[in-house]
Amino acid sequence: MKNNASLYKTLFKSTFFLSMFTFGGGYVIVPLMEKKFVNELKWITEDEMLDLIALGQSSPGPIAVNTSILVGYRMAGILGALVTVLGTIIPPLIIMSLLAYVYRAVSTNPIVNNMLLGMQAGVAAIIVNVLYNMASRIIKQKKIIPIIVMILALIAGIILQVNILWLLSISGIIGAMTTYITLKKTSTKEDEN
Amino acid sequence: MIYIKLFLSFFQIGLFSFGGGYAALPLIEQQTIDVNGWITNQQFIDILTLSEMTPGPIAINAATFTGNQIAGLLGGVVATVGVTMPSVIIVLLLAYFYFKYQNIKMVQGIIQGLRPAVVALIASAGLTIFLTAMFGHSAFPFQLNQLKIVSVVLFIVSIFLMRKYKLSPIQIMVLSGVSGIIVYAFV
Repeated sequence: MKNNASLYKTLFKSTFFLSMFTFGGGYVIVPLMEKKFVNELKWITEDEMLDLIALGQSSPGPIAVNTSILVGYRMAGILGALVTVLGTIIPPLIIMSLLAYVYRAVSTNPIVNNMLLGMQAGVAAIIVNVLYNMASRIIKQKKIIPIIVMILALIAGIILQVNILWLLSISGIIGAMTTYITLKKTSTKEDEN
Repeated sequence: MIYIKLFLSFFQIGLFSFGGGYAALPLIEQQTIDVNGWITNQQFIDILTLSEMTPGPIAINAATFTGNQIAGLLGGVVATVGVTMPSVIIVLLLAYFYFKYQNIKMVQGIIQGLRPAVVALIASAGLTIFLTAMFGHSAFPFQLNQLKIVSVVLFIVSIFLMRKYKLSPIQIMVLSGVSGIIVYAFV
């Protein structure tokens, strides 16, 4: 393959530009990352990329950051991961720092205020739409345990104000147990065959 | 010291946000509003609005901006590094095991178990955002005369455009921002 310096340079440039010019967060950046590394550069196979994306979604933190770390690690080890994570976080770091200054300067301006007021309603709609999609995906699976967990977590989170970390830990344990049981069931079935 | 506090708060946010940018919202809300009182509800929504409008991962945008609001330029850098650090550590560990054993079923199973709870958590942050957008605050009791009619209309139209015509979030942000400028100039 290519020599090291140009490998790092391409890794940095690819993740930097994806993060710099992609609106809409991880769910938009990740498919573009796939296009870049699988289709254009042909560094990673389609199947492996799907595994990397699944891993990225399974880890805590921003999905775009996680996936870029995995791609960097796959191509050039720990140093590669460091290069891609920097490529991903530097653009928002610059843009948002500038924006924070502008915000403080103009947030009392009536026109800016009216714009932000209008956008608030837009943001509320975007979040409700995201929630609708996520919840319907869970309900459509027609499995009883996830639906019960979702309803209980809603009650516990909103009405009883239970701490977020408790809710995550308990549902994680339930997830681990159900997976363990399903994995065991499928393996005993395979044994019988 | 504010930078250490900021780092630890955002480290926690990064560590426990399973499922991308929106999953970080309830944690950012908890850490910056409820626990530390660094920002107000109104600022939280402004931060979210600006993060949605700008390119890049939403959680990183929100971290940089929030840190910057609280403790200036360095605050933004500290918050961003804090929110990214858990990803770097955990993802590298997972990657190591993945390339060694090529088996991620158990990890995926746990995450699948987390998903319903994550939906509920985002819903609780979403409720704060929704109520603040509609009433101007998110604390009970709500009075009908506080209801902002313009926001209600913009909300309903936005939902309709996303569901029926598949408009993207950035298109919704531009449309609702422009509508805000035009409508509030006359109201």
